Amino acid sequence: MSILVVLEQQSGQWHRMSWETLAAGQQLGATLGEPVETALLGKSLGALANVPATRKLAKVWAVEHDLLDSYTADGYAAALELLIQKTQPKLVLFPHTYQVRDFAPKLATRFSQVLVSDVIAARVETGAITFVRQFFQGKLNGDVRVSGAGPVFASLQAGAWRADALENGSAAVEIFAPTLDAGQIRQKPEPPFREAARAVDLTASEIIVSVGRGIGEQSNLPVVEDLAQAFGAELAASRPICDAGWLPMERQVGSSGQTVAPKLYVAVGISGAIQHLVGMKGAKTIVAINKDPNAPIFEVADYGIVGDLFEVAPALASEVRKAKGA
Amino acid sequence: MKIIVAIKQVPMRDSPLHPDASGKWIDEADLSFEINEPDAYALEEALQLKEKHGGEVVVLCAGPERAAQTIREALAKGADRAIHIETADLAALDTLGVAKLLAAAVTAEKPDLILTGLQSDDLGSGQTGVVMAELLGVPHSTIIMQIEVRDASIRVKRELENGWFQHIEMPLPAALTIQSGSNKLRYATLMGIKKAKSKEIRRVTPAELGGTAAPVAAIEKIYLPQKSKQTQIFEGDAKTASAQLVEKLKFDARVL
Repeated sequence: MSILVVLEQQSGQWHRMSWETLAAGQQLGATLGEPVETALLGKSLGALANVPATRKLAKVWAVEHDLLDSYTADGYAAALELLIQKTQPKLVLFPHTYQVRDFAPKLATRFSQVLVSDVIAARVETGAITFVRQFFQGKLNGDVRVSGAGPVFASLQAGAWRADALENGSAAVEIFAPTLDAGQIRQKPEPPFREAARAVDLTASEIIVSVGRGIGEQSNLPVVEDLAQAFGAELAASRPICDAGWLPMERQVGSSGQTVAPKLYVAVGISGAIQHLVGMKGAKTIVAINKDPNAPIFEVADYGIVGDLFEVAPALASEVRKAKGA
Repeated sequence: MKIIVAIKQVPMRDSPLHPDASGKWIDEADLSFEINEPDAYALEEALQLKEKHGGEVVVLCAGPERAAQTIREALAKGADRAIHIETADLAALDTLGVAKLLAAAVTAEKPDLILTGLQSDDLGSGQTGVVMAELLGVPHSTIIMQIEVRDASIRVKRELENGWFQHIEMPLPAALTIQSGSNKLRYATLMGIKKAKSKEIRRVTPAELGGTAAPVAAIEKIYLPQKSKQTQIFEGDAKTASAQLVEKLKFDARVL
């Protein structure tokens, strides 16, 4: 019995959430008294496998096969199914990335299990793990318990564990060559691409005023544009605003847009779905203006005003101008 | 081409949510319900594919009796017929349990394509489409923005993180989970609403689909999140609250 942490890398570039997940694995391993192993997948991993080998782990599995050169859901699920059958872990942890969302539910199904996705905390009580995850887009939390035979599968939310808590050590690297057949892999992936060069680099902004669904309609945007101007801020938005075409995609903050860490982030009419929060919670000071006092955005806000944004935004713009003029 | 769209009925956005007496789910008594937003985009994609390539769009929904309203709305938007798996207590099933019911209903239909939203606004596990694909033995891809139909295959545009995308080709039949915002949603026309009244909604019970199993993953307790960060809330009218906030931003946070 062991804990297996699946790391994510693409062409030698590590996904930073890999290390948060590895730290979570170490902590759960210490509590449960289980050894922790880790796995990375690719065509030929070479020195890349030595990177996790400097951590306190029982083993690093370098899962290598020509068919794992580019990520496919079929390839990753098949390779990890074989590794799990071989190593029989009690618990399998993943970072909750877009890629993991694509293959981990499939993998768990092969063991008649359900992936507990987007986990924000885990508790161990009498040897059993209780996972905490968010429901209703972060408005409620829930405790989830997994039963049944086979390993427990969980994916961990960005930022829920700290990568700097990782313990160093040394681990042996072992190559695992799964038996895969080209016919098993039905997806034919093409190289990743970006749509267009970004004209707006939000990451360079010191102050960002960001607008969400609460704005109601496009014709209301001048209210927040004026607030942004008062602050001398760059205007940004949550996903629904950009999807609707009210602001260009390049102004989107969140997991599918830009990740920003300005001095000041003012969220106006943004409820704070996790996809948005991961893109801005690193801001030094966060202000939230929202009519719902239970909106998840207040979870991360330093300062908040609960109220109608159409009253608050103009009042705030005027106070900011007053303060700056003084 | 024959397309199945799996949709879910969820509480309306901005509903006030409270745990029920069991503490394991929300009190649904005073709530209004609507189609899960990502599923609305899956339906829109299916309707556009039908307009381009012909065929049939079949709506598939597991849920209690009230879900019939959401199914009717999907028919009014242009779906041809529907299958309603009537389950009084959807929340008692886990993802695998729901996906098994959906997959069992899909099998007899032999669709070319199965679409659903990338996640539900209530549970948010983001897995039902993928698990369904695995149970049906068809290839899948997730977080899809565009679908291009070729002869016996499709080429899809998949969203990656941080503004990256990727094209993937796979043979049909296949299952895809659709990203929100990929299309503009249509409204039901008066004609559509009228026509929907005579469209078929086939009701099936979980028992007819092989029954339900005890969940592997169960919610023990649901509750309001405890705040991890102390948020200073400014009270009073907009002007007073704004003045207090600006004071803090200028002298404490020093960001002005």
